[in-house]
Amino acid sequence: MSRIQARFEALRKAGRKALIPYITAGDPAPGHTVPLLRALVEAGADVIELGVPFSDPMADGPVVQRASERALKHGVGLSSVLAMVMEFRKEDAATPIVLMGYANPIEAMGTENFIGAARVAGVDGVIVVDYPPEECEEFAALAKKNGIDPIFLLAPTSTDERIEQVARAGSGYLYYVSLRGVTGASHLDFGEIAKKIPAIRAATKLPIGVGFGIRDADSARKIAQAADAVVIGSRIIQEIENGSSQEAASRVRAFLKPIRQALDA
Amino acid sequence: MRMYDLPDARGHFGPYGGVFVAETLTRALEELRAAYDAARKDPEFEREFRYELKHYVGRPSPVYFAKRLSEKCGGARIYIKREDLNHTGAHKVNNTIGQAMLARRMKKPRVIAETGAGMHGVASATVAARYGMKCVVYMGSEDVKRQVQNVYRMKLLGAEVVPVDSGSKTLKDALNEAMRDWVTNVDDTFYILGTVAGPHPYPMMVRDFQSVIGEECLEQMPELAGRQPDAVIACVGGGSNAMGIFYPYIKTDARLIGVEAAGEGLSTGKHAASLCAGKPGVLHGNRTYLLQDANGQITETHSVSAGLDYPGVGPEHAWLKDTGRAEYVGVTDEEALKAFHELCHCEGIIPALESAHAIAQAMKMAPGLPKSAILLVNLSGRGDKDMHTVAERSGIRF
Repeated sequence: MSRIQARFEALRKAGRKALIPYITAGDPAPGHTVPLLRALVEAGADVIELGVPFSDPMADGPVVQRASERALKHGVGLSSVLAMVMEFRKEDAATPIVLMGYANPIEAMGTENFIGAARVAGVDGVIVVDYPPEECEEFAALAKKNGIDPIFLLAPTSTDERIEQVARAGSGYLYYVSLRGVTGASHLDFGEIAKKIPAIRAATKLPIGVGFGIRDADSARKIAQAADAVVIGSRIIQEIENGSSQEAASRVRAFLKPIRQALDA
Repeated sequence: MRMYDLPDARGHFGPYGGVFVAETLTRALEELRAAYDAARKDPEFEREFRYELKHYVGRPSPVYFAKRLSEKCGGARIYIKREDLNHTGAHKVNNTIGQAMLARRMKKPRVIAETGAGMHGVASATVAARYGMKCVVYMGSEDVKRQVQNVYRMKLLGAEVVPVDSGSKTLKDALNEAMRDWVTNVDDTFYILGTVAGPHPYPMMVRDFQSVIGEECLEQMPELAGRQPDAVIACVGGGSNAMGIFYPYIKTDARLIGVEAAGEGLSTGKHAASLCAGKPGVLHGNRTYLLQDANGQITETHSVSAGLDYPGVGPEHAWLKDTGRAEYVGVTDEEALKAFHELCHCEGIIPALESAHAIAQAMKMAPGLPKSAILLVNLSGRGDKDMHTVAERSGIRF
């Protein structure tokens, strides 16, 4: 059983919902990433999505774009992200880490090299935003063979047929993009989400995470009524960038605390 | 006759092309594919497209024998396809009319576009006005500064111009931002992509709309020159004017030569020559040659011409390069500027700086060829928009 599967299994038995925070690796500087990952675990993260910086993050809003730019200024690339995961793994063997990013840095490293290095570093899943299932069959198969879950996105615009196709290709969990737009947008339609989740459930046994646009305890609680996991990214990055880097971890802990409580209530 | 039947059903040109987009756009691209397939089979769509090209754009554009330039080079005869004479001053309008017609069929009241030099933005704003659609154009803030006049032209035509401040603040960032807009407003918005890049069906669709350029040349060259050219030369940024003139010539024996912006020189790293100096990767929805660093980050490009300042290139060009059917070379800023002035002086034609790259390549090749040889150059646009850039290079300020 993969680390992601085991974690969701335990949550299900406990009747709890998963909190999945996202940060961009190397933001605000490379030395902060491992301490921030630990702070996320302390704040109750069940799975962590770690963003791989990219020069052209087409699916991201301004907040994640800025995080990417800060990391790139420090020259943070895919191999340094993998080194950060390896460092984190020395003290935490339980929290699943999912890398989230774009195809080009992976292709530049070479997909086989990447999967091999990711396995060694202790990566549990990958979300490649611009790799839809039909363009990455070999990559997804290779990841699965190496015990890494390829996690795919679904959107409000996905048809039932498409949901089935994506559900077949993915493992770990399915990531439902809660709105038409980029990360950090602010026009969640809870009614639409509540309608879409059952359609996805009908097509898969995988846990369903929902992200893009979740900003606080209230929106997290509403989403968790239908979903298995709540993904929060842009708001955490705002906590990181608003204030001194030294105190970023404590700001993030304070921000996540009421959200964790709302999910467990 | 050579066989050529690309892309495949999923938009692949060999290993290139495809649909590398976030899930939200998957359905929009499927709908676009279906709408385009239906339109292509509809004689009424074809009739209207041809009518618009004739009466609104002013096609066919002439092929012109550049006699004095040819004599000065002392070798091959240079012929010029005059896309600069189109309405709006460049080849871009061929494509924007086709896509705006599709937008209308798909009942999308709002169109968006990205632009580099501003020519595609102007052509999009133009057709949006023509069809009564709301138009938003994304343009890198660096390009907004370089192309003040085109920004004003777009505004005159009723479009909203949004300067993009992220990344390198040029064409690639404008494309990112247009994609973000599309993903957000996908239900009522049609994205008029300006070049043969992006996810399928864009590379194929833009090529098809632009191939009127080469189709006309196939008819015009025998009439004017007595036969088809030995080589067809066009500048390549994203590559739409080049695909437009190359595509109908793929099945002939003519050499196809794409000219990339070598900027300050390929060895300086300050250029935009993705086919000459890049390697394959994934950006903006397709797999193609990209200028990137060892970490797979897209690198900043440089060219005197904003329209060639792009780190990628259409996937069909990547395929034509790998198969050897087309050749790709670089022309520097300096060479392009020299050709720009030469064409002004010898022929009374002020070319766009983009197109001046293609002219420069013809001027390089002609002296080494016999007088019987024929070169056909696609003059993709006129140079009015470049007055400021050229004047500044000569130390003149308006």
